[in-house]
Amino acid sequence: MDFRLNEEQQMLQDTVARLVRGEYSFEKRLEFSETEAGFSVDFWKQLGELGLTAVPFSEELGGFDGGGVEVQSVMTELGRGLCLEPYLQSVIFAGGLINQAGNDTQKDTWLAGIASGELQAAVALQEPQSFYDLKDVETRAEKNDSGYVLNGRKAVVIGGHCADLILVSARTSEAADGISLFVLTPDTAGLERRVYPTIDGSKGCDITLTDVQVSAEALVGQQDGAAEVIEYQAGRAIAALCAEAVGAMEAANELTLDYLKQRKQFGVPIGRFQVLQHRMVDMMSELEQARSMSILAASVADEEQSDERRRILAAAKNVIGRSGQFISEQGIQSHGGIGMTWEYNFAHYAKRLIMINHQLGDDDFHLEHYASLLQAS
Amino acid sequence: MNLNYTEEELAFRDEVRAFLDKKLPADIAAKVKGFRRLSKEDHQRWQKILSEQGWYATHWPVEHGGVEWSPVQKHIWDEESSRYGVPRSIPFGVNMVAPVIIRFGNEEQKQTYLPRILSGEDWWCQGYSEPGAGSDLASLKTRAVREGDHYIVNGQKTWTTLGQHANMIFCLVRTNTEVKAQEGISFLLIDMDTPGITVRPIITLEGEHEVNEVFFEDVKVPVENLVGEEDKGWTYAKYLLTYERTGLAGIGLSKAALSHLKELASRRLKNGRPLLEDPTFSQRIAEVEIDLTAAGISNLRIIASVEGGGVPGAESSMLKVKGTEIRQAINDLARRAIGPYALPFVEEELELDYDGEFLSDENAAPLSAQYFNNRKLSIFGGSNEIQKNIVSKMILGL
Repeated sequence: MDFRLNEEQQMLQDTVARLVRGEYSFEKRLEFSETEAGFSVDFWKQLGELGLTAVPFSEELGGFDGGGVEVQSVMTELGRGLCLEPYLQSVIFAGGLINQAGNDTQKDTWLAGIASGELQAAVALQEPQSFYDLKDVETRAEKNDSGYVLNGRKAVVIGGHCADLILVSARTSEAADGISLFVLTPDTAGLERRVYPTIDGSKGCDITLTDVQVSAEALVGQQDGAAEVIEYQAGRAIAALCAEAVGAMEAANELTLDYLKQRKQFGVPIGRFQVLQHRMVDMMSELEQARSMSILAASVADEEQSDERRRILAAAKNVIGRSGQFISEQGIQSHGGIGMTWEYNFAHYAKRLIMINHQLGDDDFHLEHYASLLQAS
Repeated sequence: MNLNYTEEELAFRDEVRAFLDKKLPADIAAKVKGFRRLSKEDHQRWQKILSEQGWYATHWPVEHGGVEWSPVQKHIWDEESSRYGVPRSIPFGVNMVAPVIIRFGNEEQKQTYLPRILSGEDWWCQGYSEPGAGSDLASLKTRAVREGDHYIVNGQKTWTTLGQHANMIFCLVRTNTEVKAQEGISFLLIDMDTPGITVRPIITLEGEHEVNEVFFEDVKVPVENLVGEEDKGWTYAKYLLTYERTGLAGIGLSKAALSHLKELASRRLKNGRPLLEDPTFSQRIAEVEIDLTAAGISNLRIIASVEGGGVPGAESSMLKVKGTEIRQAINDLARRAIGPYALPFVEEELELDYDGEFLSDENAAPLSAQYFNNRKLSIFGGSNEIQKNIVSKMILGL
């Protein structure tokens, strides 16, 4: 039993940490958020140049076959810095989908670019009615002589506003699992995007598909075969998101603890008041719970699919959702008014943590999922 | 024991409803119900309507233009106005500085300021908190030094709600540094146009400009703007805070927010069915509705206990804690109800005249922002920790 990172993993995490510290001050982040991309194109480039966008990919693609722990190392540090770059969407999720299900041509065409960061990909799997259920797909893909015609609407595609390619799920048969995956470029005729900022400082879009004709080569994996692939890769993305959340929670708790030590009222630092001490202890315990689940999730992220993997990932996301909300709310309360201001970074951690609960299923969603997989003994 | 309204109270409720049916502008009500932004003009337009009805200054004695509603009548008004989507009254003039002027001000101050509050000519803001004086309000440092006919004021106030609209500010200032903190504070009325005053916006986490910092640099304030006696301001400040705390439980607002939530949950889908029928989500709603029912009765018990006169005691602190927790829980559920759509912040949909297509739901756009904004409920008006201190000291004797 050894919970330590090995030397390579530690180096990886240190590299990302150094990069984030150097390039991602709070002030700069606010500026990145305001740009058209909604993140730093330069920082994204640097992640690519340093091989960090290639971490989970094979050596031929410039990566080092990184698994859950390597991804966790990267994501935790990106979370600490509240980084806005689409690492989760492009590298982990979209890259993972193509890697798992794509044919050789698709891999050749897209994966090297995703691994180097030169291509940015997004995943369009949710729909207005789907809530968090990625199998609730009403977008349809009808087969015709030239390939497929897609009609429907995809919801809250983070990073989709400036992505070079978008992976879209669509129903190809009435069976519950009758879902297929297509890779589209945003200039495809009939694809329209409604772009918006997100409340946690990022950007995304909803995508409407009207009689979008794609070639048969746009199909990723088997027709009607995408449900399992999506579920598996969403699991990897959940593990990555948990790691990001842990990084953000660490930073949030450090800010709160500093404040308790520095802020004086009634002639003493407010950290002398027992009610605030106990609250801070609870926040720390929540972080430890989250950290443990992030480690557990990372350890199964790249394992073969099983109910045990499903349970662990659901449990991890449930814990992260709850602990993230606790740390956000209690952190704001411990700060008082200052914790609610735009000028102070705590609020931005709080917003990100709450929104992580709205990505890939909230704590209730995963509680239900976990309950449905409960073992009798 | 009888939990029903009397005939007279029911008649009063009908009167309130008839008034609101007839006079509440539909555009304003729509904004309030949909959690849209209200402009200064919206507030002023509604205040004028209330003033004309004679229902603006409900706490004031009749001789100054008030109506002297009983606690139950005030409660009925709060309930009905929340239900109808009446804008929250901006309390700083009518419900905060006015009771202080009425109780402790001199005749000239009453003649000058009270009519201007009623007419809407003055918009007041509150100069209490400072960067170093929040929960520990008595440690405030803004100095007022007497020089001839004036005080010279230097210092900084913060969290000044809607100070950007205000032309008057009431301030707690330090006039004596030789005595115990509470004994060297005075209560000054200050014209915001006086040279040396700077208002700087504080943008809150969801991007809204609601609160401000107010800086005072050698601001000359005529001595006749002192309320009551010099160095006795803490007494007046505390008197004002008892007014601030009543109503902070926001039971009526929670009821309105809950009904909004249920409407939303009946439209949003999960597993192809309305969220309102989802076992997990409906239980969450049920739980908060039950809590609200209990808090509503607690609120009525407090109201009934002061029906004969007086102001509520430390019980209202307990209710403030419970009431704000409930409202925050409702906001939390509303945010959860829109699932992935909690992320997009589509600002144009916050405007009432938005005529484009709504991204997801016509009421979705403000929900995340509102959840974050209402984290303030457990911080302002005396943080919930301070309220618990009050309860433990005043009720439990700990």
